[in-house]
Amino acid sequence: MKYTKQTLLALVAATAFTTTIGHAAFAQELSIMASGGAWQDAQRKAWFEPFSKETGVKILEQEYLGDLGKVKAMVDTGNVPIDLVTVETATVLQGCDAGILERLDYSKIGPRDKFIEGSALDCGVGLDAYGDILAYDPTVLKEAPTSVLDLFDTTKFPGKRAMRKFPAQNLEWALMADGVAPADVYKVLATPEGVDRAFKKLDTIKKDIVWWDAGAQPAQLLASKEVVMTTAWNGRIQNAIDTDGKPFKIVWNNQILEYDMIAIPKGAKSPDLAYKYLAYISEPENNAKLASYITYGPVRTDAASFVAADALPKLPNAPDHLGGAYLVADTEFWGDYGEDLVKRFNAWLAQ
Amino acid sequence: MSALQPSEVDRPALARGRPAADADLKSVSAALRRAEFGDRLRSLLLAAPLLILLALSFGIPIVLLLSRAVYDPTIADALPKTTVALAGWNGQGLPVDDAFAALAADLKDNQVKGTAYELAKSLNARLPGARSQVLKTVRKLENADGQAALEAMKSVPFWSAPSTWPAIRNGTHSLTSFYLLSALDMRWNADGGIERVPPEQAIFLQVFVRTFLVAAAVTLATLLLGFPLAYLIASVPKGLAAVLIVAVLLPFWTSILVRTAAWTVLLQKFGLVNDFLLFIGIASDRLDLMYSRIGLIIAMTHIQLPFTLLPIYSVMRTIQPSQMKAAYSLGAKPLTAFRRVYLPQVFPGVMAGCLLTFILCLGYYITPALIGGASDQLISNFIANYVNVELNWEMAAALSFILLVFTLALFGIFARILGLDRLKLV
Repeated sequence: MKYTKQTLLALVAATAFTTTIGHAAFAQELSIMASGGAWQDAQRKAWFEPFSKETGVKILEQEYLGDLGKVKAMVDTGNVPIDLVTVETATVLQGCDAGILERLDYSKIGPRDKFIEGSALDCGVGLDAYGDILAYDPTVLKEAPTSVLDLFDTTKFPGKRAMRKFPAQNLEWALMADGVAPADVYKVLATPEGVDRAFKKLDTIKKDIVWWDAGAQPAQLLASKEVVMTTAWNGRIQNAIDTDGKPFKIVWNNQILEYDMIAIPKGAKSPDLAYKYLAYISEPENNAKLASYITYGPVRTDAASFVAADALPKLPNAPDHLGGAYLVADTEFWGDYGEDLVKRFNAWLAQ
Repeated sequence: MSALQPSEVDRPALARGRPAADADLKSVSAALRRAEFGDRLRSLLLAAPLLILLALSFGIPIVLLLSRAVYDPTIADALPKTTVALAGWNGQGLPVDDAFAALAADLKDNQVKGTAYELAKSLNARLPGARSQVLKTVRKLENADGQAALEAMKSVPFWSAPSTWPAIRNGTHSLTSFYLLSALDMRWNADGGIERVPPEQAIFLQVFVRTFLVAAAVTLATLLLGFPLAYLIASVPKGLAAVLIVAVLLPFWTSILVRTAAWTVLLQKFGLVNDFLLFIGIASDRLDLMYSRIGLIIAMTHIQLPFTLLPIYSVMRTIQPSQMKAAYSLGAKPLTAFRRVYLPQVFPGVMAGCLLTFILCLGYYITPALIGGASDQLISNFIANYVNVELNWEMAAALSFILLVFTLALFGIFARILGLDRLKLV
């Protein structure tokens, strides 16, 4: 049998093809579930893509609403197709308690004392710091609100206001609006009288509140003029200003600071790769990169110097934005009283 | 189940014959029963594959999930020594030191097994604030044994609080009525009686009532819109009827999520409906249709309309127009003819359509979540919240169980009033 040039070429091509296919099948994959929107886009640019380029690991993305029900079902049935999941701090505690999230080994991630206090937890490590703020549209509101607590002033600022359909933040703001100093908020809220007091304050504006669930909603509610002001996560509003050209303004005074977290579900298929990723994004230089794509600050104390100069002034923990009053969310408190307060909040909503 | 079998009706009547014939009749009816039993068995065997599939894919999972409402062994499994130590406690004041020591030993075991967090969470569901106290105590116990462990327990005021030990003792029973009672806004009080929870915590009964009211309103609205429309489709020429049926079915084939999202665009403050109302001058101000009960009922009515209409239409199609003409010719006024000739015949279709819509409305989730306001959330929204957000599946199971019981009871009432054989679904 005589080989012609063409068969040879075909053979070579076929061999090349099968080897690439083979390689693709053996390429390492890491699947990450995050809560979508502008924040996931920012993570893709700041972390997913550079990490893929550097290590050759393929990142498979999924989206979810940030509730752990889905993850619990995966862990309970022993089929966990995701390696990493982004979560809120309160959810980390909940997942830790319910045995859904792995206890993290910080020796594989980075020095735990180099994280801002409260951003390195047993079952989750901080990604970024964000602010719960007040946003408004100056073309609609003639007078500018000066504090998040202006939510409660319906005489000066009439009209609907949107708030997150969740007791956290709202109860804290209600107490502060009722005259409780930020330092005492959680002490007061741990007592039945304090809870009554917070709900009483919320009662005063109940009929003017529209409730939001997903992080993308506040900007939509402002844009459709459904509300005159809304509470929101600062990055989502900044994104609407910068990319969609909306005329919104952010009020930082009395903001509540929180951390986004990332965790490994129990029984994840590639925990080593997951740790590799966590170590990568926890390096100060990489940790600071997210700020260039969405206005959330780093959680590494030694990362401030790496933040891009033009991003710095828009971060929730920028010096200018911590000039007024602010509150750091107390994760332990919500781990303790969360379920009870959510039930009470839902009962209050229904009345 | 009022559908009486003719054979059961006739048999006693037959049996009331002369005594001599009684014996014959008995043997005949026994033979008949045997034959019927064989028939039944054969038909059951034919249906067996389907029944087994239903049991495996539908029945067993439902039973397993619902059993979570009454069976929660987390605390009992985590605190075996404490369970034993509390056996002799009368529930008054504080238990003896042995109970404290037993609990300390149990907590240490949980720490070793890595289940302290689960225990803390379970206890917290019954006793808000317990979570951090359990974890704090576990940390204190790490290097303490015997007397030191007992002192560590006593040094945390939580373990000497009056409400703590009764809650622990209740938790050590694997079979629990805690969740089912909570789903009905009830709880055990300190004296072992059942009481209603304080009004600021009562929530579920209200939500159940709301769910049924919204379902009833939507059912009524679909009936008022669907009945005349079904009549129109049934009475126009075939070609036009086909066009109208497609017009009804087209939204029916569109995803419920898409239709709900479309309604949010229509109903919002600066949306099309408000623009139109202002334009024709009906409303002087923009109405709040979004996040309101009225908006929710509008959207649900639109989605449910085909479900009510189709059974009614399928019955109306079979009624001859000549019947009404005959009634008129016998001197009936139009309304009388409608009431006595037409309505009795379409009634099973109306009932079937309404029942279908009503029961489907009880399970609505996505539409109330997107269009309803805070006080328009239905029971499914709460069940979903416990499943996804709270991770309290026991509570979700209890609420589902109550909803299932209510729905079946309703269906039973319908069936009794109407007779299932008269329900014409298609």
